Amino acid sequence: MNRTLEGLRVLFGAEPRKPAPEEISPKAKEIHAAKKFKKKDFEAMEGHIQSHRAKKTWRNRRWATLIFVNLLFVASYWIDVQLVEGSLSGSRFLGFHMIDLNSALQLMLAHKHLIVNLFIGTATVGLVYFLVGGRTFCSWVCPYHFLAEWAEKLHLSLAAKKLVKDHPLHRGLRVVLWATFGVLAYATGYTVYETISPTGIVSRALIYGPGLALLWVLALLAFEVLYSRRAWCRYLCPIGLTYGVVGTFSPVKVTYDLTRCFHEQDCRKVCLVPHVLDHVVKGRATEARIDVGPDCTRCGLCVDTCPSGALTFKISGITRNR
Amino acid sequence: MSDHPAPASAAEPAEAPKKRSTDPRALEARRKFLKAAAVGAGVVGVALSGAVPVLRGDKKRLRPPGALDEHDFLAACIKCGQCVQVCPVNALKPADLLDGFGVGVPYIEPRKQACDVACDVGQCILACPTGALVYHRPEFFPPQPHSEVPQKPVLLAKKADPEPTLNFTQRMGLARLARPEACLSVKGEGVKGSARGENFHGKHRYAEVDRWTPQPVREHEYQLDRCDLCVRECPIEGAISIEEKPGPDGAARFTPVVHEACIGCGTCEMVCPAEPAAIVVDARATWEGAS
Repeated sequence: MNRTLEGLRVLFGAEPRKPAPEEISPKAKEIHAAKKFKKKDFEAMEGHIQSHRAKKTWRNRRWATLIFVNLLFVASYWIDVQLVEGSLSGSRFLGFHMIDLNSALQLMLAHKHLIVNLFIGTATVGLVYFLVGGRTFCSWVCPYHFLAEWAEKLHLSLAAKKLVKDHPLHRGLRVVLWATFGVLAYATGYTVYETISPTGIVSRALIYGPGLALLWVLALLAFEVLYSRRAWCRYLCPIGLTYGVVGTFSPVKVTYDLTRCFHEQDCRKVCLVPHVLDHVVKGRATEARIDVGPDCTRCGLCVDTCPSGALTFKISGITRNR
Repeated sequence: MSDHPAPASAAEPAEAPKKRSTDPRALEARRKFLKAAAVGAGVVGVALSGAVPVLRGDKKRLRPPGALDEHDFLAACIKCGQCVQVCPVNALKPADLLDGFGVGVPYIEPRKQACDVACDVGQCILACPTGALVYHRPEFFPPQPHSEVPQKPVLLAKKADPEPTLNFTQRMGLARLARPEACLSVKGEGVKGSARGENFHGKHRYAEVDRWTPQPVREHEYQLDRCDLCVRECPIEGAISIEEKPGPDGAARFTPVVHEACIGCGTCEMVCPAEPAAIVVDARATWEGAS
């Protein structure tokens, strides 16, 4: 089956499909067949994994970027640097209009008119995120994602103590919410989603000072800590779906190398969207090299985690296959 | 294709099915689906609760100059706050949670800080990326009747310039002498010292001090035998004057009278020394509605 279609299917909430034997390419079959691990190999692998545990290269780069971008917004206002004036929903970067895609969508549906600046800003941001990977916005820019990562750490440590339990939700929910908020914006003439958008609320709180709206963000974080791991970013946020679609054909992707994979699935444990890594399960990869699907936020946690370098970043047309 | 349960299964009563309960995977999928439905309904419910303050309309916010009509304005505003950032006197604030759908939308509290219309170009209008603030209404959003001033407002600070007018005619609101009994001018009282005391943080462009830099109101002191601050500090020509009118006792009183040229910037409300202000701006009031 076409990888792009499969990726879109998964992005829109379907469970990843286990490939039929005839869908696996001869080369991939060959590699699958050649993988016969002995106990000795596993022990060596375990040691290798342990030595890799401390690696946080991409996470640190990403956090530095996320904090830098958000501080740039704050500094532009507070110390008048004037590099990016505005907030994440809309800004001027060195004078050029930048408009968040999902906010623009809500606004166009509610307002039903499009002015030139809005169009330019939306097109610019659309192009930027097409180039850098779509949901890259989520993990490299969105300030709520950063808060949610800490909530996730808390959730995982409480879960390890058996104090809380993760309750997965059906991923189709995000599509339903995306459509619902679209219809609501059109029907009511209000940008209904912006009322609860934690991205907008946190961004504005950073720049213009905190307010009561942060209570909603706290409630979401509490829900994620106590009930459902990373619920907002995984199952709910329409912004993620919008950027996911934009990044479907993006040149920046995480790519998977079957020959290097030991199938111990540590990547899936750290991943925000483990359904995009279904092919790391032994026997499921249909090709020797597979690009990870559009729901991937390019956060790099799997790249950091993989002890054998089977997952790497690639830029189509620039990065050469090793 | 997947373990996505048919929506119909969710509608059946929980006790009735006998065969489904045997397959734990189907049960798990069903639980996931139901939880998702409940959480989704909750999220949409919270978002829709934002309609309550908007529909009740109890908070009639004074919006920045050039704002579209309230409903269109809330739809067109992308809540980015660029207008908030460019305002030279920080008159604009993004609204908080209790404004519902209006969260993040800029408003002015004129008693704390009036709109600095004398900033000349309407910098907030210039900054707006979505056309929620406009110099001229597009044809598909005609102004409400009597919501515009009849002529382009003349800025007193620019009176001598070749082009002394503001480049918009849309009112933010309209000033009204809400409590004539508290008005110092009506009472025949004067102002000694600053208009609002030492702890007031608002700024005003005193053209005679510095036309280009707003000054703190608390640093500007008066020695007046009869208060006329609303007229004295009004930035617009012919928007307000003090006229002799008979008071309740029949004797002539010096009463501030608002004229059609008022654009509702709120300067009079900000500088009014009475507490609370004797003169206030009614957001989005039109001239016909004024008494």
